[in-house]
Amino acid sequence: MRLLTHNMLSSNIKGVVNGFPLRIEAEKVVEKTVEMNGDFLKKMFEKVDWKAFVDASRAMGYNELPEEADPSMLDSDEFLNNFHHALLELHLEEGALVCPETGRRFPVTKGIPNMLLHEDEV
Amino acid sequence: MWYLCVFYHRLLDYRKPEVESLAQLFGGIEDPQNGEVPFQLQWKLPLHYHTDSPFHFVNLPSEQLALNIATRSILVKGMYELWGEGSSYEELKESVLSYPDERKLPYLNSDSTFKITVDSFGKVISLEEQKELIQGLSYIPFKGRVKLRNPDHNFWLIEVDNYGGNNGLPPIVQKRIFFGREVGGADRKLIPTYQLKSRNYLGPTAMDAEMAFLMANQALATSGKLVYDPFVGTGSILVAAAHFGAMTMGADIDIRVVRDGRGPDCNVWSNFKQYGLPMPVGLLRADNNLPPWRPTLKEVFDAIICDPPYGVRAGGRKSGGRKLLKGAVEPYTVPDDKRTDHIPSTAPYSLVECVHDLLDLAAKMLVMGGRLVFFYPVLREDDFAETHFPEHPCFKLISSAEQILSSRYSRVLLTMVKMGPYTEEIAEVARIKHIEFKENHAKWLEDGNLHSAVFSPADAQLTEAGDLKLIKDPKPKYRGKYV
Repeated sequence: MRLLTHNMLSSNIKGVVNGFPLRIEAEKVVEKTVEMNGDFLKKMFEKVDWKAFVDASRAMGYNELPEEADPSMLDSDEFLNNFHHALLELHLEEGALVCPETGRRFPVTKGIPNMLLHEDEV
Repeated sequence: MWYLCVFYHRLLDYRKPEVESLAQLFGGIEDPQNGEVPFQLQWKLPLHYHTDSPFHFVNLPSEQLALNIATRSILVKGMYELWGEGSSYEELKESVLSYPDERKLPYLNSDSTFKITVDSFGKVISLEEQKELIQGLSYIPFKGRVKLRNPDHNFWLIEVDNYGGNNGLPPIVQKRIFFGREVGGADRKLIPTYQLKSRNYLGPTAMDAEMAFLMANQALATSGKLVYDPFVGTGSILVAAAHFGAMTMGADIDIRVVRDGRGPDCNVWSNFKQYGLPMPVGLLRADNNLPPWRPTLKEVFDAIICDPPYGVRAGGRKSGGRKLLKGAVEPYTVPDDKRTDHIPSTAPYSLVECVHDLLDLAAKMLVMGGRLVFFYPVLREDDFAETHFPEHPCFKLISSAEQILSSRYSRVLLTMVKMGPYTEEIAEVARIKHIEFKENHAKWLEDGNLHSAVFSPADAQLTEAGDLKLIKDPKPKYRGKYV
């Protein structure tokens, strides 16, 4: 699971009000090279919840992102590279996503988060 | 300029929408905003030709656009700059001679290579005849060198006639001969490369390669776009989108499909690896009925492409399972010590509900002008009309292309464009519209009805009066398995 996906997900257990962001429990993080696409990154920058993104990258052991970001930073190659790396190249291979409200763990196995709810959570 | 556009004689409904979508993709034409008329190309037919014929004329602003469309398409056999046409070879000669020299001479000069291909539709022309026909073109001052492999310029002489037999089309009223210079044609090699029988990991409803590419074209999949499939299965649709350079994301409720596969190199990931394509940016196990997207997230996908489970070959499932058997069984509470490895039971997911959820998700998550491309089943004895298709206030239906699957049912590829922003009010209007749709049009969409309509024995088709109801066939049948 890449941080792009993480940034889009929330816990949707019935009754949960603030299911975002899910806390990352990282057991195994891998890096996979992805070709950079500037246009795609610029589009995604507008969609990403930055604070959750920075926290998630730290939970994955990556500390190169600034606390705050604004669109003008996209002109810097260094920033774009770091953003690209954190958004698309860091993979949570094994671990879990934890609901911030209930503590329910959504397991991540072989890079795929299992967001399916149990019968009593629907 | 008008180009002669010759199609492969298959998937007739899909041909023009594909060219129009690609014209939009390469022509930089924006999808229309609310109230505007959707973009359409100008088409015309050769004299007396039936609209199902493979021969069409299309008006395009530039040759570059014609080339881009033809090269990326799946169903365009060739796009040609027409130098002449006629109902006899004499007429063709006159027509070619009167075509302006400044359009012809640049392609005839002595330092270029060329090739002439003789083609026909519905008949094989023998090599001797072909040679004769080519020699008959001596009135064109070809100065270049003949080269049969990768020449600079490809010329085509295409003859169409009513050859007496049934060539699989309504009879040709008049013989027509075309001569033109090829601008471009589809790369059909893609299809054997990606054919399902060479795919490592397959599911029972994997989308065949040709259709997957057509869907990706309808969705305008290209580099820098994010494409989502909420019923990703083995990834067969996303593979096509990834081939065209799009970033892909998929979800499925069935973990066996998404994650485990049949081993380390036989799963959804390996289906991308096999072709050297970039992996999906995200795969997750999730329920389309209860999508786990963060509530503040919207307008993030450029296209949603899918083949929803409509219960004929594969039935849909959603979360809830035993909880939804109201009254019959006590709601199930998972014991705390079993929660980690608990496999939740699922409940049937009717097509009506599935389509509603899909439209709602697409309305929220697609960017403005983004496209929703999905298959929708149609029972063929119903009167085939646009009103049968689901609607949503945010979307405009821009094309519907039928593929007949059996005498009883077909599937229609719907392409919708997001024209208006998603709001709470719209969601409510859509919900009401959806209920009307459900009540008025589509009783068979309910759980199991479609399945039984497709698979029940013929006797079930008897009407109340006891007459065998003849299934109307609104479309003419043509020769060939895939047409």
